[in-house]
Order: sequence, then C-alpha cells, then structure tokens
Amino acid sequence: MALNVLEHVLVPKHEILSEEEKKRLLETLNISEKQLPKILLNDPVVKALGAKEGDVIKITRKSPTAGKSFYYRLVVKS
Amino acid sequence: MIESIEFRLLSPEMIKKLAVVEITKPELYDIDGFPVEGGIMDPRLGVIDPGLRCRTCGARAGECPGHFGYIELVRPVIHVLHAKLIFNLLKTFCSSCGRYLGEDGKKKCPHCGEEQKKIKFEKPFTFREDGKNLTPVEIRERLEKIPDEDLEKIGFKGGRPEWLVLTVLPVPPVTMRPSITLESGDRSEDDLTHKLADIIKINQHLKDNIIIGAPDFIIDDLWELLQYHVATYFDNELAGVPQARHRSGRPLKTLSQRLKTKEGRFRHNLAGKRVNFSARTVISPDPFISINEVGVPVVIAKELTVPETVRKDNIEELKKLVRNADEWPGANYIIRPDGRRKRITKENAEEIAEEISEGYVVERHLLNGDVVLFNRQPSLHRMSMMAHRVRVTPWRTFTLNLCTTPPYNADFDGDEMNLHVPQSIEARTEAELLMEVQRHIRSPRFGGPIIGCKQDHISGNYLLTRKETRLTRSEAFELLCSIGVVPEIKKEKLSGKEVFSYILPEGLNIEFRAKACRGCRKCKKENCEYDCYVVIKNGKLKTGVIDAKAIGGESGRLIDSIEKNFGTEEAHRFIDRVSQLGILYLQKRGFTIGLDDFEISEDARKKISRHIESAKQEVKKLIEKYEKGEIEILPGLTEKQSLEMHILNTLKRVLDVSGEIVAADLPENEAVIMARSGARGGIVQLVQISGCVGQMTVFGERVHRGYRNRTLSHFRPGELSAEAHGFVTNSYKTGENIFEFFFDAMSGREGLMDKSLRTKHSGYMERRLMNALQDLRLEYDMTVRDNRKIIIQFLAGEDGIDPSKSDWGKLDVRMIAKNVVG
Repeated sequence: MALNVLEHVLVPKHEILSEEEKKRLLETLNISEKQLPKILLNDPVVKALGAKEGDVIKITRKSPTAGKSFYYRLVVKS
Repeated sequence: MIESIEFRLLSPEMIKKLAVVEITKPELYDIDGFPVEGGIMDPRLGVIDPGLRCRTCGARAGECPGHFGYIELVRPVIHVLHAKLIFNLLKTFCSSCGRYLGEDGKKKCPHCGEEQKKIKFEKPFTFREDGKNLTPVEIRERLEKIPDEDLEKIGFKGGRPEWLVLTVLPVPPVTMRPSITLESGDRSEDDLTHKLADIIKINQHLKDNIIIGAPDFIIDDLWELLQYHVATYFDNELAGVPQARHRSGRPLKTLSQRLKTKEGRFRHNLAGKRVNFSARTVISPDPFISINEVGVPVVIAKELTVPETVRKDNIEELKKLVRNADEWPGANYIIRPDGRRKRITKENAEEIAEEISEGYVVERHLLNGDVVLFNRQPSLHRMSMMAHRVRVTPWRTFTLNLCTTPPYNADFDGDEMNLHVPQSIEARTEAELLMEVQRHIRSPRFGGPIIGCKQDHISGNYLLTRKETRLTRSEAFELLCSIGVVPEIKKEKLSGKEVFSYILPEGLNIEFRAKACRGCRKCKKENCEYDCYVVIKNGKLKTGVIDAKAIGGESGRLIDSIEKNFGTEEAHRFIDRVSQLGILYLQKRGFTIGLDDFEISEDARKKISRHIESAKQEVKKLIEKYEKGEIEILPGLTEKQSLEMHILNTLKRVLDVSGEIVAADLPENEAVIMARSGARGGIVQLVQISGCVGQMTVFGERVHRGYRNRTLSHFRPGELSAEAHGFVTNSYKTGENIFEFFFDAMSGREGLMDKSLRTKHSGYMERRLMNALQDLRLEYDMTVRDNRKIIIQFLAGEDGIDPSKSDWGKLDVRMIAKNVVG
C-alpha cells in the first residue's frame, strides 16, 4: 500500500516505548500492564509501526487547552 | 456470598424437577371456594392467605417463597423470545445430519452432502422452508441432531438448543401472581393466572382432539392457538400478534411487561428507590434570604428530623426540645441506648425529658441552620442538587433566593422541589464541604459564575451606579444598613458609586467594559462619555456603571473576580448584598413600564418605514435580477437558493437598522434601561414592539410552506415578494395584519416545537451518558479510571484543569502574572 497512515495529518504521533520507558511508566502510575488502555495488534497504526504484542505505544496528541497531551496504549491480540 | 451468576436455558427435566405439582385443570376453585388440586391455584404452589400454612414447605404466608408447578404441553411450541436464535441455528446447521455448515452457511452440507433449502423466518414464530411450514416438532428434531462439539465451535452456551422449543412450561408460584379479594367477596385473579388458564384450556382441548383422532386441520388450528397463548404469556406486545385482552378490553400484563420499561421491575423497583427524611412542595422566591438558605415551612420542619446523640454539652438544649414535643422547635422520638424508640407526646414529654441522659438519641425537628440537600428535577448537573441552610418559615412553600434559580433552572410558575435531610455527621459534613451553594457559584460548564444577579437586581444597581445618582447621608445609611453593612459616612451627599463601593471588598482591582458599552471605534476607557468603562481600584468604584456584565449570572465579571481573589465566602456575601441593594434602591426610586415607553417620534417612524420601503425595493430588484438570470450566485447554492439568501439578508438587516433608529430615538425610560443594563429584554424586543417585527423564519428560511407555490391563497402562485413570505412590516404596537399574524404564529410554533423535542432528546442522551460513565472516577493521581481501576485518561481532561476553578475554561497566565507582580 502506498499510504503510510503515520504521515496522515489526522493521525497523531505514535511511538513504541522501550522496555526501560515502559517499566518506568508502569512504576510512576503504580499499575500493572493490564490496567493500560488497549490497542489491537491489527490496528493500522500498530501495523505501520511494526509493534509486537505487549509493546506500549505512546501517543502525543495536540490539545487546545493543554498544548500536548500524552496517551499510552498496550498492544494486544484481539 | 454470591460470586457469580450464570444465565442458562431451563431443560424440560429441570422444569419438572423444580416443580412440586403438575397442573392439568383449568379451574381455579371448586364450588366451595377451595383451590382445586392440580389447578393453577393448587395449594402446593404456595400460600398467599394469611393464617394458612403452605402444603409444600409448611411455612406461613410471607415466609413461604412459593413453589413452581409445570404444564406438560401436548405439542411443543416455539419460545417466542428465542425465535430469532432458533432461526439462526436452523440456518447454520445441516437440516439432515445437524452438523455445522461452515462460516458462510454453505448450500450443500460438507458432511453428508445434503442440499440445504432456504429457510424463512416470519415474525414472530413461524418458520418456512420451501413455502412449507416447519412445525415445532420438526424444528425440535433438527435441533436435537446438532452435536455438542459443533455447538462449542460457534460459542453456543447455556444448554441444548432443543430446549428453545418448549415441551414443558413452568407454572410460577401463586406468590408471584396473588389474587385479590374484592370488597364484594369476589376474587380477582392476576393477569398471569388468566393467561395460564388459557394455556391449560387449549392444551386440554388439543389433547382431547388428538385422542379422538380429529382431522389435521382442527389439530393444526388448536396447535397454532396454543402457540399464540404461550407466546403472549411471555410477551404481550409482540409485533404482528393481536394482544391478549382482559374481558374489559384491557391488554393483559404478561411476563415481559412486568420487567420492561420505566415502570417495569428493573427501573421501577430495583433501580428506583424511595427515601425517607425528604419533602417536596412548590417553591417561591424570597430575595431577602441568603443564597445558601432555603425557607422550610414549619409543617415540614416538624416532620423531618435529625438524630442527635445526647452529650454533656447539648443535654440541656435537647431536654428543652423534648419538652416542646410537637411544638416547633421540638422533637418526635427518642432512641434509648438499647435501641428502643419512643414517641414523644405532649403527655409524656416531661417524663422523657427527665429520663434522657448521655447515649440517648433524640430525633429533633429541623432547626434553623441545619444542612439539607435541595434538588430540582431533571438533575442534569451537579448543581441540580446543592446543600442549603434551613430557615424555618410560617408559610407553606419552600422559598429560595432568586439568584440560585439558574443552576436549578427553576422558576416560580408552580415548580416543585425536593429536600433531603442528611442523617449522620459524616453526611452533613460532606454536604457542607462539597455541596453548599457558594461552592457552586462558578459553573464547571464554562468556568464562570452561574449564580448571579437577575432582573431587578441589575436594573437597581444600574440606576444606583449611574453618574447622576446622588443620595443623602440618611438615604445611604438606610440602604446600607438594611443589607447588613454599617457604614461610616461623613459626607452629606453621596454619589451612587460611593454607596456601591461599600459592598466591594477592600483591595479589589478590576477594569472591564460594561454591557452597555456601545462599541465605539476608539475606546476612551476611563473617560467614556456613556460611563461604560468600569474601573474599580482598591474596592472603590471609580468610573463605569454596574450592569449585567458586572453582576449578572453567566457573565458577571465582578462576581468572578471576587470569587477568585477573595474566596467563595466573600462572593457569597457579595451576591447577597448586591442583589438586595439593587432591589432596595429600586423600591425607593420606583420602577415601572407602560405602553408609553415604546412611543417613538413621528420622525423615527418615518425613517423606519422609509427604510422598510427601500428594503422592499431592493428585494424587488433582486427578484428582477433573478428572473433575468443575473443574480449573484453564492458558492454551493443554486440560483433560487442564492436569491433566497440575498433576500433574507436584506430583510434581516431591516431589524438591525431599525434597532439603531429606535435606540437613538427612545428617551432613557424604564424599558430602555432594562434592555441596556441586560436586566431583561434587548433592543430586538424594543424594535419589535415599537418599530417593525421583521422577517419571520421557519427552519432558518423565509416562510415557504402552505399551498402549492405560495404561502396563502391570497398571493399569486410563485410570488417571491417580502410580504408573501413572512415579512412583518407592522410593529406589535401598531398591530399585525392577518397574514402577518399567521406567519408570526408559524415562526412562534417552530420555537415551541424545537424546545419540546430538544428536551426529550437531551433527556435520553443524558440517561445514556450517565449509564456509560457512572463508574468513572478521578483518582488522586489525576488519572481517570473505571471501577476495575483501568486507566481511561492519564490526565483528567487532557490538561488536568478543573473547569469550575478556571477562567472560562482556561488558565489566564497573563492575569496571574499581573496579580503576582502587581
């Protein structure tokens, strides 16, 4: 396919967190992996990024009030 | 403890196992009035008459939960509520070998090669294959053939599919369908009992006919009838099925009807709870009580109680209350340390007062200053339920301050409100800390004050703070003292602004443009000739007039600033004082409007009619242009639509220009004062009364509905002129002509329709939202999580800002900096 979803204007920035970053995130929030919001493995963005099951994806969104806002989603199999 | 519940299908064996008796007779009672054994009211099904004992379990009425019976159906019938599922099963499994046909339901069975015929489902319980009816017997046979492994493949859980076709029907216990004995001694049976009697009658009839070997068509008819009765027993509101009716013609309330809808078991009995210690009456206004107070009628105060534990420090007071008994302020009950309650009456009051000591609980009447919750439905808001302080009144209505009207969306045309009395110290404290009215001055909807002044409060303060207002020393004293400010006044004459400054907190600095600002091209600020630039320095009103922009609800900059810089208590005090100041000044001055206030000069009238005439000419020109095809086409619109757009804009402008003319012409009378200060009404209303009502619209367009190609038969077909499409030249004062009146009514009705349809819609949307979001919670770490503690948002609202503590939804960094730096 010619289209790269990651470059689309309406798709916010997605990136895969490293193991280290993931550990730190779970520690600061004091949660287990299961408590993160989820994203399907067959989601177009996940495919484009090449993320694996168990990866955490960091999404940087633009917000009219906060400037930038961060969101984290765990890649899961359906 | 219950850990989980599983919903499954009932197997025929299970139904029989659960039952204590087989029901075979349709009769309820014998000649002597005793229930028939084997009838639907069989004594073994449970007891409902007090005094008797259950034949099955031996318990008394109320203790015996009732016991099921069963009916053996001679021929199986479809369970209507599962008909759709049965249809899906028939489609996905082979009609011959019962094996799974595969993902997309193949034409030919991959296991036995059988050709699959097309099955059609006719609601509510008929299945056809090749135009032939499938009987429940055939369906059941097919479902029986489906192997368990194949069912697992498609995720079918909860039992065997053939159980979806009923061969045995459970008969619910009599406790579920009690009969009522009327005054005349006749018995009136429950709807379910009637329905069950029908089923048994037909079942018996069918059995007899089969035994005597009646022709097929008779048996089929009876079978169909049995199917009908069983179907309506489950749901009497099935599409395409005539409702089973009572003798009186009332449709029977069967199983589904008991559970469904707002009046059903779930929403009415299980989700809906009734509370004690609550009251409801009509509300009326009282501008002289504080915004966080509520006037409670004595009759109500005597009925609602607060439990108070007797302590060393309150025993004397409580004894006094006990002695008063039912005389307010008194008490209704005492609870002894062993938990026994005793009613206090006039007779035993003295005795009880002597008896009480530490550890007793006295249920005393509501007293002034008690914290109560006050609520008006629909509760769409958190501000729809706020905590108020009680003020007991001799009247018969709840009274509340006018300023607290907007958060409840209340008015006094007959509205009723509810009051709840928190019973524990914890509840009272929580209500006080989180729910009191002054904590909700700023709305989380837009980050501005929602509680503010209205109507006369605004007119009054506007008049008081005008440049020319002068008061004598004694007048100022009287005004300020009656709102609870004792001023130190040395001057003999005071300006209105000086008087107003007495209620401003010291150290308040703010500048803004008033509502009355005319939007001059170059703002002269402090030197505004209309006195519309408000400057407050160190709590003194220097210039500018106080109006809706300063103290009004939803806009009040002054209230906003005071709340932010001096806290909720100061804002609370300020609102109480300004509103009363406005009313009292208005009372002193007098304020009234009449028809004369809308009288405009001959000159202005001429100007307006000249203007209307020119607008009509312009419309004519536009129409000519259109007919010649020279109309300027707007992007995305057809020629016709462009013309309509041009005409609408031209005619709408009439109102604006007339507004300017009227505003310039009318002297500053009461009506104009109200419009200018934002107390009530606007320039538009003034113009419509005295100048010209203007263009009427329906669905945002000129009026087009009515006859073919014209609005009324009095116009030529296809006429495009202003008059023929709802332009009203007259004013409300001169009076509309018949056509104009009709168009005005059309436009008016649209407004009413919109409103009623919108409320219905938004009510349902609210319900859906509440059900979806009810367990989301803002945690202490600023994340939003649900009840499983799964994260929904990592930072509440993406920015972590509480809108009810923000500046209209944002953080105003510049203002914070200014306050810090000075």
